Amino acid sequence: MSALPTAEDLKAQIEAGVPGTAVTVVPNGSPSAQHSLLLDHGHARAVALFLRDHAEFRLDFCSLVTGVDWLDTELTEKLKVKKMVAGPDGAETEQEVEEVRKTKVPGYLEAVYHLFSMEKKHGPIILRLRTANRTDQTHVPSLTPVWRSCEFQEREAFDLYGIVFDGHPDLRRILMWDGFEDHPMRKDYVPPADDILAAPRPEAHA
Amino acid sequence: MADDLKDLKLELSKNGIFTTTLEELYNWGRKNSVWPLTFGLACCAIEMIATTMARYDLARFGAEVFRPSPRQADLIIVSGTVTKKMAPQVVRLYNQMPEPKYVIAMGACAISGGPFRDGYNVLKGIDRYIPVDVHIPGCPPRPEALIHAFMTLQKKIEEQALRGESRPRHLNANEPSEFPVPAFGAHGLEPAQNDEVFLNEPGNPLRILQ
Repeated sequence: MSALPTAEDLKAQIEAGVPGTAVTVVPNGSPSAQHSLLLDHGHARAVALFLRDHAEFRLDFCSLVTGVDWLDTELTEKLKVKKMVAGPDGAETEQEVEEVRKTKVPGYLEAVYHLFSMEKKHGPIILRLRTANRTDQTHVPSLTPVWRSCEFQEREAFDLYGIVFDGHPDLRRILMWDGFEDHPMRKDYVPPADDILAAPRPEAHA
Repeated sequence: MADDLKDLKLELSKNGIFTTTLEELYNWGRKNSVWPLTFGLACCAIEMIATTMARYDLARFGAEVFRPSPRQADLIIVSGTVTKKMAPQVVRLYNQMPEPKYVIAMGACAISGGPFRDGYNVLKGIDRYIPVDVHIPGCPPRPEALIHAFMTLQKKIEEQALRGESRPRHLNANEPSEFPVPAFGAHGLEPAQNDEVFLNEPGNPLRILQ
């Protein structure tokens, strides 16, 4: 059994093996410390092929594809800014003032892939692909041509999250019917009004 | 049956004379040959299967033959979660059954969506589309509960008067025997309920909150 390199080493090896690619390590702060690799769209398939065919990694099995919905967030920062402030006597003096600055971080959709090696008995390696936003640019490259087992799971992520996988051989809804327009697993999904029953929900057991 | 007739019947039977009415005979035959449809949806179906096996033996009640065709079935046991994708098929199966036909909603899911009632893909109770005769709560209900539901249904059949306003649906030409099949819409099933079947009024805890 061969041990997999750390995420940082893997990033270096991928960037050496696939020229031009930029891999970002997404750290996982929990005790499992399963860091993941964020791929750029242009080289995602080349990186996938590299990981699959590399003599040492041989990540020949994609066990899971899922979607994650990251909503738009607002970052609040407190900054100290020098400003001219009118004092009680009317004269303006320069003072340090605390200012709250809010920046909007646009949300995105994310496809997550868990890779294992049947041959080398190791894994998982976690890959991430992010869309540009949640509304009109929801495309990521499909990895189904690399791992056949992604086919249905990418369709599921397309169905429930609305992630469009470019290069998928048969991208249709898999759980909901074809005429359905919503993506029910998105965090801002609102069920139709007639789905809400008048009976109160049972109290949760404390 | 009027009380004095009942008294007369009792008096006659005490003297060794057996009498009956066509209504009694007819309902006695019907209630003891209710053939359910071979139809299961989820984990409740496993309990339904257990009910038909030797230990619980639903055959004692004349329901030993589960018919694999709706054309030969009298009873549909909606046993499990009805997803929105499955709901049109359930209604269609019910429509294909000949009258007289009955429905048992088995378990919390078939009644209201149960533990999945917040799910985007779950129908919140089959009684939105077809008339349910007996509801059994439980998750899943035990075989004894299904047997109890079955006996309740038998009692209901036994008490049906064949004439008059309260006569069963199959003897009333004006009553519908088929119900509209819901269609797949852009956001859910359309329509969301059949107003002729579903009691969307105060008092029904499963009414729609609007």
